[in-house]
Amino acid sequence: MNGLSIILVIIIAFFAGMEGILDEFQFHQPIVACTLIGLVTGNLEAGIILGGTLQLMAMGWANIGAAVAPDAALASVASAIILVKGGQGVAGVPTAIAVAIPLAVAGLFLTMIVRTLAVGIVHAMDGAAKNAEFGKVEMLQIGAICMQGLRIAIPAAAMCFVPAEAVSSALNAMPAWLTDGMSIGGGMVVAVGYAMVINMMANKEVWPFLFIGFAVAAISDLTLIALGILGVSMAFIYLNLAEQGGSGGASGGGSGDPLGDILNDY
Amino acid sequence: MAEKISLDKSDRLAVCWRSTFLQGSWNYERMQNGGYVYAMIPAIKKLYKTKEDQVAALQRHLEFFNTHPYVASPIIGVNLALEEERANGAQVDDEAIQGVKVGMMGPLAGVGDPVFWFTVRPLLGALGASLALGGSILGPILFWVVWNLVRWGFMWYTQEFGYQAGTAITKDLSGGLLQKITKGASILGMFVLGALIERWVSINFAPVVSEITNAEGSYIDWDALNEMAQSGNFGQAMHDAIAQANSGMYMDATRVTTLQDNLNGLVPGLVPLLLTFLCMWLLKKKVSPIAIILGLFVVGIVGHLIGLL
Repeated sequence: MNGLSIILVIIIAFFAGMEGILDEFQFHQPIVACTLIGLVTGNLEAGIILGGTLQLMAMGWANIGAAVAPDAALASVASAIILVKGGQGVAGVPTAIAVAIPLAVAGLFLTMIVRTLAVGIVHAMDGAAKNAEFGKVEMLQIGAICMQGLRIAIPAAAMCFVPAEAVSSALNAMPAWLTDGMSIGGGMVVAVGYAMVINMMANKEVWPFLFIGFAVAAISDLTLIALGILGVSMAFIYLNLAEQGGSGGASGGGSGDPLGDILNDY
Repeated sequence: MAEKISLDKSDRLAVCWRSTFLQGSWNYERMQNGGYVYAMIPAIKKLYKTKEDQVAALQRHLEFFNTHPYVASPIIGVNLALEEERANGAQVDDEAIQGVKVGMMGPLAGVGDPVFWFTVRPLLGALGASLALGGSILGPILFWVVWNLVRWGFMWYTQEFGYQAGTAITKDLSGGLLQKITKGASILGMFVLGALIERWVSINFAPVVSEITNAEGSYIDWDALNEMAQSGNFGQAMHDAIAQANSGMYMDATRVTTLQDNLNGLVPGLVPLLLTFLCMWLLKKKVSPIAIILGLFVVGIVGHLIGLL
């Protein structure tokens, strides 16, 4: 990596760190972060594939309430940097993913530390509020966001300056049984994310739809978009029937256009 | 007060844009309070001119707040309407404002989490990832653009909705629409999850269950084809090989059936489904997701070493 690439990677890492807490633009999602790092370092294709693979694993990682999810930001940024430095291109994707998981855990602790430090920041805001110092409150908020950015940018910078030979020789030193085993594990880890999502959503009413989806997916001609259309249609059919059932059957269907009705209600 | 102070569209846009940074100072004490006051500042500056009023407003919005970051928008909208009334002399006390915030944040987070984190993001993520796995840049672009259009559209229109509806919105919450959206999203989410488990969770059991010797003539006779090719009739040999393969003949004299082939004959993806159920059960038993993830890696490595996976 040359100087410019390193600077750009650190900037991307900074944005990923900010987004790891803000959860708005989604720069911290693997599919975005890995692609961007691939782009600025000239490894676009490998970056996209790494991002896509990690994205599937990170599916159910979400910050709910006060709980902190495994850190997608550090996992995507660090694994992309390792992929680039390893210099194996697309072939290096499975190893980079294996490295990503422990990093997602490490990132979790960094997040907790920063969230604790932020308590001090809001206390400073209380002080500023007593004197109606708007500018100071704003600066503190921006400072807190930057602290989240640095949470990822500093580790990323450190990884950029580790010599490439050290990274690639460390990766080459990993025996085949380890990397193969890890990619087998990676194939299963996806299930954890799905399980987290299902635990949040499942109730007696919606369970059957999981099994319908499972059975239908075996038809490999159906693309994800086709599956999405099926799912949306079933949701509308179900909601409409439930409404009719609730209003005593017969003529409860309104204009007969559930989409239109919902839009009208809105 | 003679003239009514009101928030115009540019004030509301400024508040909405700032609410993007709602979680920036997320902390273990009062969670999103810093972000909330940061978002409200343009409105506070516009509405309150005396220092006492400004201090009171800042302190009011530094109270505890936590919800899903996008559904904070309708709450902010209602809050803007209330603050506007108050600035114009109406009797809106601190308790009313805090009450609206606290009363709405729970139920709305209950809508935002399943809809955004567990339906829209996994769906868009899976769609983008399936394109990205083939190395297509369209995957990430599609994910990023669609997500941000949906997000910004949602934030702006629900904030406006909240602002216009004022306090009435709290009544609407117990009405049907939001519940319908949540239920519809859960149905779609569960359906797609079922499909994703089948498609993307991969477990292959390597052990060979049986090796059966195929009957003479039921497999491609490569030796005969080889002779044909040696004698210069290469094209004909290729043609025959492909024709025989297409007619359903076996490739080799023995056919190997792995444990995985047997399981696929039963139900494709059955093991991934069971694995998912196991994970759900472990999560319900309060096993940390990180522990499960690391455990699965260990299972992968050990399973591979003993030849099971």
